[in-house]
Amino acid sequence: MIEAEHPAHLWRNPEPKRSYEVVIIGGGGHGLSTAYYLAAHHGITGIAVLEKGWLAGGNMARNTTIIRSNYLWDGSAGLYEHALQLWEGLSEELDYDILFSQRGVLNLAHSLQDVRDSVRRVEANRLNGVDAEWLEPEEVAEVCPIVNVSDAVRYPVLGATYQPRAGIAKHDHVAWAFARAADALGVDLIQNCEVTGLEVSGGQVTGVSTSLGLLAARRVAICAAGHSAVIAATAGLRLPVQTHPLQALVSELLEPVHPCVVMSNAVHVYVSQAHKGELVMGAGIDSYNSYVQRGSFHLIERQMAAALELFPIFARARVLRTWAGIVDVCPDASPVIGPTPIDGLYVNCGWGTGGFKATPAVGDVLAHTIAHGEPHPLAQPFGLERFESGALIDEHGAAAVAH
Amino acid sequence: MLIECPWCGGREEQEFHYGGQAHVPYPAAPAELSDAQWSEYLFFRDNPKGRFAERWVHSAGCRRWFNALRDTASNSFIRVCAPGEPLEGYR
Repeated sequence: MIEAEHPAHLWRNPEPKRSYEVVIIGGGGHGLSTAYYLAAHHGITGIAVLEKGWLAGGNMARNTTIIRSNYLWDGSAGLYEHALQLWEGLSEELDYDILFSQRGVLNLAHSLQDVRDSVRRVEANRLNGVDAEWLEPEEVAEVCPIVNVSDAVRYPVLGATYQPRAGIAKHDHVAWAFARAADALGVDLIQNCEVTGLEVSGGQVTGVSTSLGLLAARRVAICAAGHSAVIAATAGLRLPVQTHPLQALVSELLEPVHPCVVMSNAVHVYVSQAHKGELVMGAGIDSYNSYVQRGSFHLIERQMAAALELFPIFARARVLRTWAGIVDVCPDASPVIGPTPIDGLYVNCGWGTGGFKATPAVGDVLAHTIAHGEPHPLAQPFGLERFESGALIDEHGAAAVAH
Repeated sequence: MLIECPWCGGREEQEFHYGGQAHVPYPAAPAELSDAQWSEYLFFRDNPKGRFAERWVHSAGCRRWFNALRDTASNSFIRVCAPGEPLEGYR
């Protein structure tokens, strides 16, 4: 019998120290990325990432890995395009192949209003330096031959926006790459360590209580996705987010059949084909608030109906696995990044249905925000204060997922 | 989920629409609210992991609104009641 040796570990599993300079709550993509940029670009030492389960086992393991930057408003275009440019160099930056595949994304339009909104978004994207084109139905069929562009369906494809630089990446590799690089820079990645409360004294955060005891920290960043509000509430801080399940599913492994990413607001499904061969599909959130990583079956049924309307070729594919993640949704479908009324406490939440694509940009701008004590210019529009000033960033259209 | 409509009994979730947090009254004197108070009314809702008082409407049935107490950590309904009835057990 041959005993295989365990491959080299990508990171240490240290015991937590009693005190840190920066504690990041949540060891998903955003938390790991933030830790990496803090250590690599701001020279900060004494950083811990606390993860209640295993690294990147929450929404990082549950998303549909779509990366694009074709959002409508200037603030969003700035942030998501920054992310896309970081993605383009990320394998080199982290010296680890994240399998970033820029296969392009089509956002289909099915009504006259869809067409008008889409063309407007293409023009807005171009003004912001984001690659975008408007495609007529026959051009859509050239990019993605398996999309049904016939006019004999209930919601015919009237065209699509196309962002060629968009694509997908391998989520596990992204997490491992950030974790390995952060660990090499001395960041403590602490798994199975659940934060049960924020410690605040005199309006200043002083640490976190966890399942492994009290950890002191001068600065704390919440990167806990669906549980952000629960953690913030332990310090009496209310966040403008509601937590919902978001479901996705994959088919069995198939030969390469789907060359790009296709999203449809109106028929409402988004589909790509993973490197391994599964068709990866998602749709909208379940309507009710929930922290259960499970959704209702009728959403899957609707999502399948939408997928078959757009891709008749999928009729005989079988669903292999369905699941849900817990996402925190903001009223304007844009995230919250920035300081809080509690000194030393930073929040990165409200990413709702679209946080994966922003992973490197979140790390970069949140690390800058933590290091300098004031928002990175690209994070500036996304502060909590927008809900009082009224300067919302309404991305319900470009978010492409019903909220 | 199976949801117990106070008037029709247990029905499939598909017959219902969700109305978010219950008992959020329209401000009595909206013109007198500060920006912060107005923001709180418009954009901030409870988001507990646990018992949550919420509204549902039986849109494909009797089309009536009602309140429910549900545990968001398990999705189990604790009780439902007609609007105006007290929803005991929340906070």
